[in-house]
Amino acid sequence: MISRRKWLSAPYTLWSVVFILIPLCMIFYYGLTDKTGAFTLENITAIATAEHAKALRLSILLSLISTLICFLLAYPLAMILANMKVSQHSFIILIFILPMWMNFLLRTLAWQTLLEKSGVINSILTFLHLPNINIINTPYAIILGMVYNFLPFMVLPLYNALSKIDENVINAARDLGADNIHTFFRIILPLSVPGIISGISMVFVPALTTFVISSLLGGSKILLIGNVIDQEFTQASNWHLGSGLSIVLMIFIILNMIASAVFDKEGEGSML
Amino acid sequence: MSKELIHLNNISKSFDGQMVLDELNLTIHENEFVTLLGPSGCGKTTTLRILGGFATPDTGSVIFDGQDITNLPPNLRPLNTVFQKYALFTHMNIAENIAFGLKIKKKSKDYIADKIRYALKLVNLEGYENRMPDSLSGGQQQRIAIARAIVNEPRVLLLDEPLGALDLKLRQEMQYELIRMKNELGITFVYVTHDQEEALTMSDTIVVMNQGYIQQIGSPESIYNEPENAFVADFIGDSNIISATMIEDKLVSILGTRFACVDTGFGHNKPVDVVIRPEDVELVPPEEGILQGVVSHLIFKGVHYEMEVMAGGFEWLVHSTALHPVGEKVGIRVDPYNIQIMNKPESEDEEAVAIDI
Amino acid sequence: MRNALKKFYIALIFLFLYAPIATLMVLSFNASKTRAKWGGFTFKWYVQLVHNDDILRALGNTLLIALLSSVIATVIGTIACIAMNTMKKRTRTIMMGITNIPMLNADIVTGISLMLLFISFGLRFGMGTILLSHITFNIPYVILSVMPRMKQLNPSVYEAALDLGAPPVTAFFKVVFPDLTPGILSGFLMAFTMSLDDFIITHFTKGAGVDTLSTKIYTEVRKGIKPEMYALSTIIFVAVLVLLLLVNAAPDKKEGKTRV
Repeated sequence: MISRRKWLSAPYTLWSVVFILIPLCMIFYYGLTDKTGAFTLENITAIATAEHAKALRLSILLSLISTLICFLLAYPLAMILANMKVSQHSFIILIFILPMWMNFLLRTLAWQTLLEKSGVINSILTFLHLPNINIINTPYAIILGMVYNFLPFMVLPLYNALSKIDENVINAARDLGADNIHTFFRIILPLSVPGIISGISMVFVPALTTFVISSLLGGSKILLIGNVIDQEFTQASNWHLGSGLSIVLMIFIILNMIASAVFDKEGEGSML
Repeated sequence: MSKELIHLNNISKSFDGQMVLDELNLTIHENEFVTLLGPSGCGKTTTLRILGGFATPDTGSVIFDGQDITNLPPNLRPLNTVFQKYALFTHMNIAENIAFGLKIKKKSKDYIADKIRYALKLVNLEGYENRMPDSLSGGQQQRIAIARAIVNEPRVLLLDEPLGALDLKLRQEMQYELIRMKNELGITFVYVTHDQEEALTMSDTIVVMNQGYIQQIGSPESIYNEPENAFVADFIGDSNIISATMIEDKLVSILGTRFACVDTGFGHNKPVDVVIRPEDVELVPPEEGILQGVVSHLIFKGVHYEMEVMAGGFEWLVHSTALHPVGEKVGIRVDPYNIQIMNKPESEDEEAVAIDI
Repeated sequence: MRNALKKFYIALIFLFLYAPIATLMVLSFNASKTRAKWGGFTFKWYVQLVHNDDILRALGNTLLIALLSSVIATVIGTIACIAMNTMKKRTRTIMMGITNIPMLNADIVTGISLMLLFISFGLRFGMGTILLSHITFNIPYVILSVMPRMKQLNPSVYEAALDLGAPPVTAFFKVVFPDLTPGILSGFLMAFTMSLDDFIITHFTKGAGVDTLSTKIYTEVRKGIKPEMYALSTIIFVAVLVLLLLVNAAPDKKEGKTRV
């Protein structure tokens, strides 16, 4: 039986080799060769050119800010939700997944309507005699789009990690004399590290590499590294350069994966 | 008895409309080993949580050393708790776990180091400072949980079924350890368990609880030998509980046969329950017995034989070192001071009786 | 007071998450064709939707891809979980590591890597390539939902079934499979949702002339989104919402921890 069961892994093993591992090798192949097929590092070093470096710097900056905002918004929320002791874990996850049933592009575009000069938000602000905000087609709108789209990916791992903390561990800290602040910094925060790491990587990677949010909310002038790579593939058809720049992006992604592997061995901070 | 330390005054508590504690009154003395004993759901853990500050009673007050601490948060109470599943901080090593409370109180480094050494010695785990909790066995984690609590020099240690997750052998060992630690520390222990053997072994005082009421408070001997009602008799050890009639002082009719007993003051021809422990039922040749019967079951239990004897329409549970094979005709005799008379519960369906203290 | 503050905070976050959705729903009833202006209430976009073959074709493609890819991913993923459960710890760790790649990797990298693969193998871009891509990124969601269930299983249950005379396959389907069902179901739902919401990977692996709703919207962005699209999205969202409410209101609550 056991030996027969081993064969059951064949379909997935085959699938992951053909559709996960080989494609990654293809990126490295294209990234490290030129049009004639000769080995070159030019596609990688191209990141240092002014235009590309600027796009990468902006991407890193915007994604770091978005990740930080997501974290600051999500942590209190996850704590409140975890303390609510809702018997249905599934219900909480559901409310965060539900928006995904409205198309991602439309949801992001809706922010245009909300943010426009005479849009909904400004009308409300005017009504309240508050200054209007004009952030559409600026990096701020991109940050807003990132936070909006990726917030659930920060909330869910944090919620999961926080609701796994044994109530008696917190009681024990209180019993030993810890006040709320001590209990938070010495017990709750350290115990939620797997969730924090997982949340950060779930937000940082897509934010760093997005080209959709920037093209929908940033106008056409703001280029992120994702936009550059997209253009190399869909407009310039320079797959070698696009692959080379992707390899640079993958360095960040791999660092992220290592961090998750080190801090979240048990998969405690997983999303589901 | 020594000085009164804790006073629970008319404590009531309900969860979701379900009454868990009903006007509970309890006094705990200094340096006492008190065990709250009862089946699950009897309110013993809730009582402990109210003492620790993790639950607030709906009514009533908790007086500690003359001071009302009912609304004092747990971090400000002079008691410490050992939790059911240890609740160690898994992200800290053993030394950091033990030092947690002391660091919050801003004790000096030397003081903390001394305390850790002392505590680990007390729980027989010297040299474990740098281990992580996950690498320890259940019994060891339990000892660390105790060490972590006692370094804070609490005046009372609360223990919530601390041995529940351990296997039998380890549990028995830890019982002796706990008695030793208590004597060494000279502090009050309030211990919660559903295991009557644990309670009998360790306690100075046992508080038997059921359905939110205290059924009986007393020393292990008095609880065992003189249960006040059928619930206590049934919960503590094996027993024969038989409906009977108190004919007059020192004379009771059990299953239609008159037995001499030592109890007085129950009145005349009053229905009562009698408790007779299986080891107190003597099997004698039929002609010498007060009642005659036939052995219907026989099991060898190691230290004694456990037999069931059908006599007077009742199946008597008997423990004896002498063997009487199944089918043998025997006589039953009980010494008068081994017959314990109890009042009948006030209502048939509610075995639990509120007892005023 | 503190409780009121907490509730207010939760409400703010949900307002943030659901405001754009409400906006789109409102726009679907907007008589004006531009989304910047309110031109009065109308149902006409819902009526015109039925006659908009382009959108309906994209919807058909989207649903077909989502359904096929999530079903296939669920089958492959569940079988993989059964296999991985009996593997040595090291092999399993490697397999789980590979499984995590599409989850942790950037969609754009996954998308172009698959695009390069299809080009190299000379596959014709179209529904087939989209389907293969979606299956690839859906399998991890299934595995990550089923695997925790698998670990919770008591191996004695399967052995008990064998002991009572059930052949292995019967034993699996009678006693193991029912315990896995909640995990499989949530994995399937997750996969279906992800497939439906995907744009980036589809963007790189679709051919010319084939569109899903996402890619159709992306091409429409420049010239302006057709209001029929808002109508369609509203219908889908409300349908899912009603479905979920019905499922959640169902009396069967024995599996309190069903995920997703």
